[in-house]
Amino acid sequence: MRHIKYTEQAFFKFLTGFACYSVIGILCLIISIIFIKGVGSLSWEMISQAPKGGYYYGGDGGVLNAILGSLYVAGGAVLIAIVLGAPAALFINSFLFRYKRLQNIIRYFLDALWGIPSIVYGAFGFTIMLYFGMNASLLAGIITVACLITPIMIRSFDEVLSTIPTGLHEAALSLGSTRTELAFKVIFKQGLPGFVTAILLAFGRGIGDAASVLFTAGYTDQLPSGLHEPAATLPLAIFFQLSSPIPEVRGRAYSAAAILTCIILAITLISRLLVNKYSKNNLK
Amino acid sequence: MYNNENVILNQCPNTGKDSLNAISIRDLNVFADKTQILKSLNIDIPKHKITVILGPSGCGKTTLLKSMNRLTDLYKALEVSGQICIHGEDILLSHKDMSALRQKTGLLSQKPYPLPVSLYKNITYGPKLKGIKNKKILDKIVTRQLKEVGLWEEVKDRLNASPDCLSIGQQQRLCLARGLAVKPSIILADEPTSALDPTSSQIIEKQFMKIKKTYTIVLVTHVVRQAMRLADYVVFMHNGEIIETGGVEIFKNPKTDQMKEYLINGN
Ligand SMILES: Nc1ncnc2c1ncn2[C@@H]1O[C@H](COP(=O)(O)OP(=O)(O)O)[C@@H](O)[C@H]1O
Ligand SMILES: [Mg+2]
Repeated sequence: MRHIKYTEQAFFKFLTGFACYSVIGILCLIISIIFIKGVGSLSWEMISQAPKGGYYYGGDGGVLNAILGSLYVAGGAVLIAIVLGAPAALFINSFLFRYKRLQNIIRYFLDALWGIPSIVYGAFGFTIMLYFGMNASLLAGIITVACLITPIMIRSFDEVLSTIPTGLHEAALSLGSTRTELAFKVIFKQGLPGFVTAILLAFGRGIGDAASVLFTAGYTDQLPSGLHEPAATLPLAIFFQLSSPIPEVRGRAYSAAAILTCIILAITLISRLLVNKYSKNNLK
Repeated sequence: MYNNENVILNQCPNTGKDSLNAISIRDLNVFADKTQILKSLNIDIPKHKITVILGPSGCGKTTLLKSMNRLTDLYKALEVSGQICIHGEDILLSHKDMSALRQKTGLLSQKPYPLPVSLYKNITYGPKLKGIKNKKILDKIVTRQLKEVGLWEEVKDRLNASPDCLSIGQQQRLCLARGLAVKPSIILADEPTSALDPTSSQIIEKQFMKIKKTYTIVLVTHVVRQAMRLADYVVFMHNGEIIETGGVEIFKNPKTDQMKEYLINGN
């Protein structure tokens, strides 16, 4: 009997461990392949210059246009998504508290929006763009990506808010807080790590998405120069270069992928550090 | 939404400075959608005493307590009617300054909910909302309140630490200190020891006995022994109704069958 129990325990330990480590392993594999293939073409020039003539045939230049374009598109979209998402999440969570059915229906729709493939958002953005007579531009890209990530933002904020116990609300109110003080002095602080994670999740999805910016942001070898000008993005830079027959250019696609990965890692790391530091300062 | 004539007709029972009662409740009804949670309650809660609200789970004790500082407002499904007079003012009417109203009562809930800030800031949160900014005064408040709940010696070296590093019992005392720091005249405690170990519970009970000289305490509990240890005045509830009220003698001579049964099962 004891023996069976022991075997069972060992088996499950193995199973869960295997699942966990294989996911980590695959992730490491992906990242290392990208870096190994990309390191050859990775250079200072790559991240400090826009493509020059002949870049796509192996000539001089880099992908600064796409790096900046991606940061602008994702950054702009995240800002819009926060501005729309934070109040929306608050509304769903507190004001719809009484109307459980409506609350669930809205959550269901937002979850469905989360699952829609991004090319659909791209096509939607493209239609809207044509309707307003706009050209492919940074602004159109930002708006389309904002549509893509706002549902993610709302639902993640909503989930964070749901984890904050009612008892904490009651405690803060009974000490004499107004609703505003409750929101900013207590809920915001309590939920901060969760909110940052939500923003990162949305940013990661936004900066890594190719299909939504394909028709809307366009592509250009110029550095982004204005909201109404087209802008290059990293996912498209990877896509175009990977489809090249020239091995050197394909190598650059991997370095562009490595750069994209580094940006996401760096932003994750910095925001984690900021959260930690902020929470610590909080306690002074 | 209320009728002004009614206010004048249904004058508040005396709960002012010279009165023996701190809270007077008249014809309090609470509905949740269509079910009635509290049924026409009338209670007078004596000043500077411990009033124990005793009763089985689900009889409406928490709802009664939350009506006393209008936390029922948070739950849109709850509809409260009747009169709750504190300091000669019907708090169910006044819609003006909820902060000031709630600061008259300190709340201690079943589980401690420390604010997500340092120990120091947990205590100063309420006083700061009242407009006290002077660092020296705040320091004094922190020291005094932590001493009052017997937590000072345990935490004086780590006032800037997060409350997470305290045990549940210590956190509950922190919450009591935090509530006392706004200088309420009434403490509302909802089964404050139900999540605590016996030692921590005993400490909280001792604090209550100590501070009842200056505060009016309303203690909700379902534990008969605790009620017997602490009560000056007992309100026994069942199914949203008040079955019996009285001094400690009602533990010896319960008049109703429900109370008799509850006491037997509880001992
Ligand atoms: N916000 C609410 N909405 C609907 N029903 C509630 C709400 N709060 C309490 N109730 C109901 O009121 C009754 C009394 O609850 P409560 O006051 O928490 O009892 P106790 O504290 O004595 O255990 C319970 O049946 C509970 O289901
Ligand atoms: Mg209760």
